[in-house]
Amino acid sequence: MERHRALNAFITVDPELSLNQARAADRMLKNGGSRPLTGIPIAHKDIFCTKGVLTTCGSKILSNFVPPYDATLIKRCYEEGMVTLGKTNMDEFAMGSSNETSYFGPVRNPWDQFRVPGGSSGGSAASVTARLCAAATGTDTGGSIRQPAALCGITGLKPTYGRVSRYGMVAFASSLDQGGVLTQSAEDAALLLNVIAGFDPLDSTSVEEPVPDYGSKLKDDIDGLKIGLPKQYFDEGLSPEVEVLIRDALRVLEDHGAVLIDIDLPNSELCVPCYYVIAPSEASSNLSRFDGVRYGYRSEDYEDLVDMYMRTRAEGFGDEVKRRIMIGTYALSAGYYDAYYLKAQKLRRLITHDFERAFELCDVIAGPTTPTAAFEIGAKTSDPISMYLNDIYTISVNLSGLPALSVPAGFAGDLPAGLQLIGPYFSESRLLNIGHRFQMDTEWHRRIPGGFE
Amino acid sequence: MAWETVIGLEVHVQLSTNSKIFSGASTSYGAKPNTQACEVDIALPGVLPVMNKEAARKAVKFGLSVESKINQRSVFARKNYFYPDLPKGYQISQYELPIVVGGHLTIDTGKGEKRIGITRAHLEEDAGKSLHEDFHGMTGIDLNRAGTPLLEIVSEPDMRSPAEAIAYLRKLHTLVRYLEICDGNMQEGSFRCDANVSVRPQGETELGTRTELKNINSFRFIEKAIEYEVERQIDLIEDGGTVVQETRLYDPSRNETRPMRTKEDAHDYRYFPDPDLPPMELDDQFIDSARQQLPELPDTKRHRFMEQHGLGPADAYQLTSDKATADFFEAVLEQTRGDAKTVANWVNSELAGYLNETNMVIESARIDPGMLAELIDRIEDGTISGKIAKDVFRSMWNGEGTADQLIETKALRQITDSGELEKVVDDVLSRSREQVEQYRGGQTKVLGYFVGQVMKETQGKANPQQVNELLKQKLESGD
Repeated sequence: MERHRALNAFITVDPELSLNQARAADRMLKNGGSRPLTGIPIAHKDIFCTKGVLTTCGSKILSNFVPPYDATLIKRCYEEGMVTLGKTNMDEFAMGSSNETSYFGPVRNPWDQFRVPGGSSGGSAASVTARLCAAATGTDTGGSIRQPAALCGITGLKPTYGRVSRYGMVAFASSLDQGGVLTQSAEDAALLLNVIAGFDPLDSTSVEEPVPDYGSKLKDDIDGLKIGLPKQYFDEGLSPEVEVLIRDALRVLEDHGAVLIDIDLPNSELCVPCYYVIAPSEASSNLSRFDGVRYGYRSEDYEDLVDMYMRTRAEGFGDEVKRRIMIGTYALSAGYYDAYYLKAQKLRRLITHDFERAFELCDVIAGPTTPTAAFEIGAKTSDPISMYLNDIYTISVNLSGLPALSVPAGFAGDLPAGLQLIGPYFSESRLLNIGHRFQMDTEWHRRIPGGFE
Repeated sequence: MAWETVIGLEVHVQLSTNSKIFSGASTSYGAKPNTQACEVDIALPGVLPVMNKEAARKAVKFGLSVESKINQRSVFARKNYFYPDLPKGYQISQYELPIVVGGHLTIDTGKGEKRIGITRAHLEEDAGKSLHEDFHGMTGIDLNRAGTPLLEIVSEPDMRSPAEAIAYLRKLHTLVRYLEICDGNMQEGSFRCDANVSVRPQGETELGTRTELKNINSFRFIEKAIEYEVERQIDLIEDGGTVVQETRLYDPSRNETRPMRTKEDAHDYRYFPDPDLPPMELDDQFIDSARQQLPELPDTKRHRFMEQHGLGPADAYQLTSDKATADFFEAVLEQTRGDAKTVANWVNSELAGYLNETNMVIESARIDPGMLAELIDRIEDGTISGKIAKDVFRSMWNGEGTADQLIETKALRQITDSGELEKVVDDVLSRSREQVEQYRGGQTKVLGYFVGQVMKETQGKANPQQVNELLKQKLESGD
């Protein structure tokens, strides 16, 4: 791992914790009581609270925060006997698509260290890609698992909203955030989802839906599977190199008997503006607790209470976070609420309705995960809108709460791209099954960047 | 000009649940600072609220008791503002869709009954407390109270005098304790009141500009604060000024209100539905079960006491103003031969007097209903006189024993043995020649003197009626 420090994939490593967990796993394996993933090394996005281990969320304002409790997802991994390798770098408060907004510096894409790994789960994606760990956890609010998985050439699963507990996951946009996994294959994703999925009484938005064995249907036949291709996902925004890869990938599924049909998601173009009202609105409120009063960073020099608030937040948050707090505060303000927040909620229902109608015609929806392959570090930092458009194919899934999987679809030159599969609520088994069948016939997910073999 | 006062009240009732509204931490009062604040209450990153259904049940009980509409789907919103004792930077409260809508409470204005409308009642969480003393220029924050469930009960602007406002508050205070949804402890802040006050010329139908008086924690201060504020507003208008819509604080030490913040610097709270809490759905069964738990309400009980026990309105009102007192009364009545009026007298004057004097509640008194019943029985069966009974009561209050024990150990039994009494009477008469002459000469008033002497001889243990009879008999027989 020391060798790969240049990737900047980790914010915190805790060798003592890792060794202790490894010893405990050994005992479980020796004495019985081991579980399928006991002893498997995993990295956790630094958004999940880990008792006694620094949890920064990529921000200066939490740069000294050591939680006194474990997130539910973390607890489940511990109970499984998995070994924590460390806490991975991420965009500050998960706000970003390139991992460049992290207070701890950008993460580099293992395929090309001058390029971004995607974000916000950039450190998780890079660490799995470089095979520093077997798998990593992530969170996905607008594409933060799928987009970095695509740009790094690995598998990323964003489960149905409510499938994985949000308890202990630092909130960005509560109605959109969902924990998930970044892995080397769909099969690994299935095994890890078995560990982290399930109802949590501590999260009122988690769903009391039985958890199937996600590994049990991986090899099912996909003959006759109806795959919908939204015309909006193949329009001028999509780079030709990525489109070629996606079309090739779809042919692999056709060879297995899948049927491709054209579908329409007429409100797709509204998803970016809708998202950039709802997510910042919720964030502006969620991030109010970072006020320097009880924990985290507090400005060293202030006159009075209001000055303490202002300096703490001015110094503790980065530009992108401040931008979104301001947008969200504005959208929720008296006199603007109806025009922005309420309107966005209406659009959200329209976008969700598009999917419901589409799933009357097809079993799953497929398309590119991102419009382009990984871009260069610094290329989009001065133009937030072009950065936001990188999530154009992933955002609507969060607005609708649907599950989606990104699997490596091939390489545009030396850079990977992802095929995104979107399913109805709680169709994770089906998505993983399709992903696994695809990976049985392709090698893309087995490719490892040079120097990391 | 004649002015009319218009008052609407917002009462924050702390719901007496064991745990907080959105976390499992205890709600008990008076613990060491920050020992009853869990990770949810202090708003650590990543924590989430989970609704305490017991708080909802208590809110529903209130709604049912004032004939409100219960919203079976209500929504929690976030009220955003920064303050050090507000850990999340927002308060979770119900805004557009509260759990309780409409309803009314009937008060006694002294000139008859009046119905005060209830606009709504919504659930929300309490904030922590800022402690400004003992920190040398800094402020301490105690988050034990953060997350305590509150029911904010908002009235219509239906009250027309401070007295009506107090009548409404007392009625509400009685009701929430009957319902066992709040302990009603005003010193500990379990029952807090904000008053919206305005004035208008008599006959005007439009409301005047109101001011809001914040967080006043006793009935007396509320009355004084409103009185002061009404006078201030009238003086202001009569001097050609206008009332500014603002929040004012009442200072009891100076008996005045002072501006706290004006409408201009009012917060924009940026309310929006809390995405961490799905709308709260209450099914028919939940509401029915809350209905089953409703006790006999104060008004119903008062009427029943008048009809069933033949009590007058004043006795019935006093006995039913507090459920524990009403229960005590009925328990005594059930165990004694004494009639309702006698029991009511003992409870309303003797017992109430001691309780007031020591600032105690009836539940913590040493005298239980069985003990008082026994005492009343001893009067009824002639064992002791009413006067001696009051002494026995004091001893019982002080924990010296039961009525029978005290009568025994202190030898307080009335002398009813006529032979023994006759001896005393004879003694008294034989050494009071002069007074006997006076009596026989027609000055019958001296009978009181003889009674007094006999009582003195017997240390009050003689049966007064018997003494009277015996004296008359002896004096009039002329021997």
